[in-house]
Amino acid sequence: MPRLPRRSFLRYSGAGLAVGGLLLAGCDDDDDDIITPPGTIDLGSGDNGVLNYAYALEQLEAAFYAQVKTGAYYKGLAANSAEKQVFDDLAIHEQIHADFFRKVLDTKAIKALEPDFSTIKFDDRNSVLGAAKSFEDLGVAAYNGAGRYIQTAAYLLIAGKIVSVEARHAALIRDLINYNTFVASDVVDLFTPTSGTSAPGVGSGTGKEKSMTPNDVVNMANKFLKDGSKISASNIK
Amino acid sequence: MDFFKLISDIERVDPEIYDRLDSRRRVFKHFGLAGKTLTAAMVPNLVSGIFQRAYGQTTALPADIVAVLNLALSLEYLEFYYYDSGLKAANLIPASDRPAFEIIRNDESGHIKVLREALGSAAIPDPGRATFDYSGGKGSGTGPFAAAFGNYALYLGVAQSFVDTGVRAYKGGATKLMANKDILEAALNIHSVEARHSSHVRTVRRGVAVNAGATTVPGNLADLNKQPKSWISGTDNGGPSPSTTPSTAAVYGAGTPATGGPTDLFFPADSNTTQAGIDLLTNTAGATAASASEAFDEALDAATVKSIARNFVDAKSALFV
Repeated sequence: MPRLPRRSFLRYSGAGLAVGGLLLAGCDDDDDDIITPPGTIDLGSGDNGVLNYAYALEQLEAAFYAQVKTGAYYKGLAANSAEKQVFDDLAIHEQIHADFFRKVLDTKAIKALEPDFSTIKFDDRNSVLGAAKSFEDLGVAAYNGAGRYIQTAAYLLIAGKIVSVEARHAALIRDLINYNTFVASDVVDLFTPTSGTSAPGVGSGTGKEKSMTPNDVVNMANKFLKDGSKISASNIK
Repeated sequence: MDFFKLISDIERVDPEIYDRLDSRRRVFKHFGLAGKTLTAAMVPNLVSGIFQRAYGQTTALPADIVAVLNLALSLEYLEFYYYDSGLKAANLIPASDRPAFEIIRNDESGHIKVLREALGSAAIPDPGRATFDYSGGKGSGTGPFAAAFGNYALYLGVAQSFVDTGVRAYKGGATKLMANKDILEAALNIHSVEARHSSHVRTVRRGVAVNAGATTVPGNLADLNKQPKSWISGTDNGGPSPSTTPSTAAVYGAGTPATGGPTDLFFPADSNTTQAGIDLLTNTAGATAASASEAFDEALDAATVKSIARNFVDAKSALFV
């Protein structure tokens, strides 16, 4: 059935409430199955769905940093420079993550995805750092938003071990772009104390990172995946 | 009862009612109704449950969730007063770094607000600044970090130890929050912000170590104590102050239990290179003990976290006991 805005949904099913023994029409757990869009790769459901979701994002990051290392920006970095160390580390960390998920998933793993980085200029520092920031922030928001769908405690723990590393990456990349932006309002709901002498906890905002839903993350990720490698998270719920 | 008239009446005084209500699928999950037929007899309970979830936490949280959140809240107070005291100390934090520490202090304040709201009446009271002894002297004021508010490098080292302890604590507590998905997600959303703080504090420390622009200084694998990467490499050689009592080595060491099977919950040291039974060193070409350990942060159990944090509170306080 087509997706209705929440408000319409509530009013729509209101008619049913007058009837005893009502059945919220079409409202079982599968009600709004978005049929996996044609030509997309279904990440699956349950823990395997979340693991494949992580695997897809880690593949994307690993492929990105691998390509960074072939580009003119990276190749121009001095041998002992901070930025060279950063990109060397990020490249191997993300490859380790991707290989880890492929091994955990084994026969349940989705295929190797073909990235499309045609919008990124690998000879340009700003373009590379900007893309790195997008991928790292996206990864953090994705893991944070997917935690609730993980059924097995050991996998939640693993996801926690990875997301904090992604957050460390994101913070440093952001500091490289603009110092002291490791936390900013685009990724965190900033807290503002009521006054300069406020007691702890008194003010507006939360200091929490903003999560993203799997569907929103996939929409972003698909911009960097070739046709035939685009993914669907519609069964992660 | 006309449920939809009720909603529309509430909407008049609270236009955000629809945002407060769970998405409909989550409502069904929370009440264990996924895939079931809803009968009229179930409606009153369902409706009252929906409003409890939307407007408050009148139902008591399970004890293990309360314990995880109160430990997190205690750590947030430890951090808040540390950063707040640093910002108040004369000539400690350079002007160029003050914005960062204001952000961090305010984030902690926000986390305190979030945790208090989740805990409701189960929240511990604000212990206050005087409860903490940031010298690491348990109330004596003469511990090894007594000069922290007059020595920026020392101040940063202690900050790194606190924030890395916090990151490991949230990670260790997360699995105990799985029964409440909204609280779990809130904790995850705090956890990643703490990791961002740690990354930044480590970056600042590199700059201070060699008196250069922070982001121009690489991590020094031969001196991870003073010049760490923005991520934890191995055990960071014991962290900023491995030889003092208390030592920062415990922040990067193993918790309890330290070993377990692929699907067990256990707390190895940060130098761990095996995840879910997979040897990361053989699973990825080019992986090293350093890079494999860096790629995964490790968690800590509550008892180990408390044993670390207890060094920084007055021995008479019940905090972290």
